[in-house]
Amino acid sequence: MLKLENVSYLVSEKDNDKDILKNINLDFLKGKIYVITGPNGSGKSTLVKLIMGILSPTEGKIVFNDKDITNLKINERAGLGIAYAFQQPVTFKGLKVKDLLNIASNKENDFNTLCDYLSKVGLCAKGYINRPLDDKLSGGELKRIELAMVLARNALVNIFDEPEAGIDLWSFENLTKVFKELKSTTIIVSHQTKILEIADTVILLKEGKVEKIGSNSEVKPLLHLEMCGKLRGENG
Amino acid sequence: MDKIDKSLLEKVSSLHEIKLGAFNIRKNGEVLERKTSGEIDIVPKKDKPGIDIIIKPNVQNKAVHIPVIITAGGLNDLVYNDFYVGENSFVTIVAGCGIHNTSNIDSVHNGIHSFHLGKNSHIKYIERHVGEGKGKGGKILNPTTKIYQKENSIMEIETLQLGGVTSSVRKTYARLGENAQLNVQENILTEDKETATTLFKVTLEGKNSKVEVVSHSVAKGKSYQEFKSDLIGKAECFGHVECDGILLDNARIVSVPMIDAINSDASLVHEAAIGKIAGDELIKLMTLGLSEEEAEDVIIKGFLMG
Ligand SMILES: Nc1ncnc2c1ncn2[C@@H]1O[C@H](COP(=O)(O)OP(=O)(O)OP(=O)(O)O)[C@@H](O)[C@H]1O
Ligand SMILES: [Mg+2]
Repeated sequence: MLKLENVSYLVSEKDNDKDILKNINLDFLKGKIYVITGPNGSGKSTLVKLIMGILSPTEGKIVFNDKDITNLKINERAGLGIAYAFQQPVTFKGLKVKDLLNIASNKENDFNTLCDYLSKVGLCAKGYINRPLDDKLSGGELKRIELAMVLARNALVNIFDEPEAGIDLWSFENLTKVFKELKSTTIIVSHQTKILEIADTVILLKEGKVEKIGSNSEVKPLLHLEMCGKLRGENG
Repeated sequence: MDKIDKSLLEKVSSLHEIKLGAFNIRKNGEVLERKTSGEIDIVPKKDKPGIDIIIKPNVQNKAVHIPVIITAGGLNDLVYNDFYVGENSFVTIVAGCGIHNTSNIDSVHNGIHSFHLGKNSHIKYIERHVGEGKGKGGKILNPTTKIYQKENSIMEIETLQLGGVTSSVRKTYARLGENAQLNVQENILTEDKETATTLFKVTLEGKNSKVEVVSHSVAKGKSYQEFKSDLIGKAECFGHVECDGILLDNARIVSVPMIDAINSDASLVHEAAIGKIAGDELIKLMTLGLSEEEAEDVIIKGFLMG
């Protein structure tokens, strides 16, 4: 349902151009869970930003349900049913958690509905709906509210960039349950084995290229190699 | 009272849930209605236009409304309102001025307020400024507020001016005694060619006195805003000023800090951040389905009203 065709993202720097992503071809199927993994700086966030339209590819095409969306704006893609949870949640001056959940779900929600959204991510609505979404909230709280906003959109494609970061272990189990229950096409950027385990397909990125696509058990050995390789490198 | 009067009054003095103790409505330089109570007296001044509002000691959770409306063009209104707040009293004061000017001549309101807060008293002062009417005549508002706070008193000020006011010069002077606290939240939007100037001069005289000023301003079109604050710490005290501005179009906001810690135990801070709407806030709201313009509106509304 969502296809990346020959997608590249290149930034121009003073002397030379830098390939952040090079010739990416991916086909995300309806209802499946994809986990994108790979070392820091391999281009995972860049890739999902291209899908949401936060960045535009310098080459290639993005197709969603047979429609070329490469030149659509972020909100137009949101309107078609793509939702995205930021790696670093955005904070506001003056907007409350409730306001953002209402915007996300595109309706005025009553207390019980807001409660449903928040309890899915392990927060009790009472304490949160009227709080400003600002940096007085803890990192973990912000991350959970970020997830709740995406869940409130009820989208066809849900993208989560490192959703587990800052979330404690207990809630982590529930989180994987939430992902499994989603009926959407789900794309999760993650380093966590527990999340890799729920993937139908794991995509391993390395230096801006797809190194390997396959089931978790197929990609896992490569992840270990990756680590060993690094360790060997470090030891000289 | 006609329709315009009523709508202006509602905008500057929207009814509060707190029990009304007294009120004084001024229209086009004249008193329109007045009510006093045993606890809160309103006495017209003899030597100049204006009133003395005398709040007895120990008055609990009452409200005083003193709105001003101007619907005539070419009027230059000057009024002195002096508040005397008795010890231990807690009162909400809703003031503000609405100008509806359809003429081509400026209408001006100069409101000079003073607040004398007794020991342990607590005032919540809500001030709204509204300008409207399509005439070329300016809607000009110049409020001056002088605050004298005795020990342990608390003064909270909420100022709201959301466009339509051609020019405003807002001056606030305060002197704080021991343990006195002053909190100011100022929210100002200017558009077109409007100008708005704010000046705070706060002298922290008493030990452990504390002032906190948060100014949120949004400037659109070719409007211009200036924010000056001057904190003087004469004792071990705490002062914090935060001036946050969002610029749109070709507008300008200038923030001028002055800090004088005469006593070396005074802790005074002025923070200012002025710039465009944060890109990540826009992007976040767009991922939630809002267009760029809608996202801007939501951010500005939250910033000014949140
Ligand atoms: N505008 C830019 N200019 C130059 N380099 C950039 C730019 N944006 C991203 N990069 C670089 O591109 C690479 C990929 O970044 P990206 O954020 O996609 O990595 P990531 O895989 O998500 O990493 P992490 O696991 O740390 O989140 C990084 O090396 C980053 O420094
Ligand atoms: Mg990343």
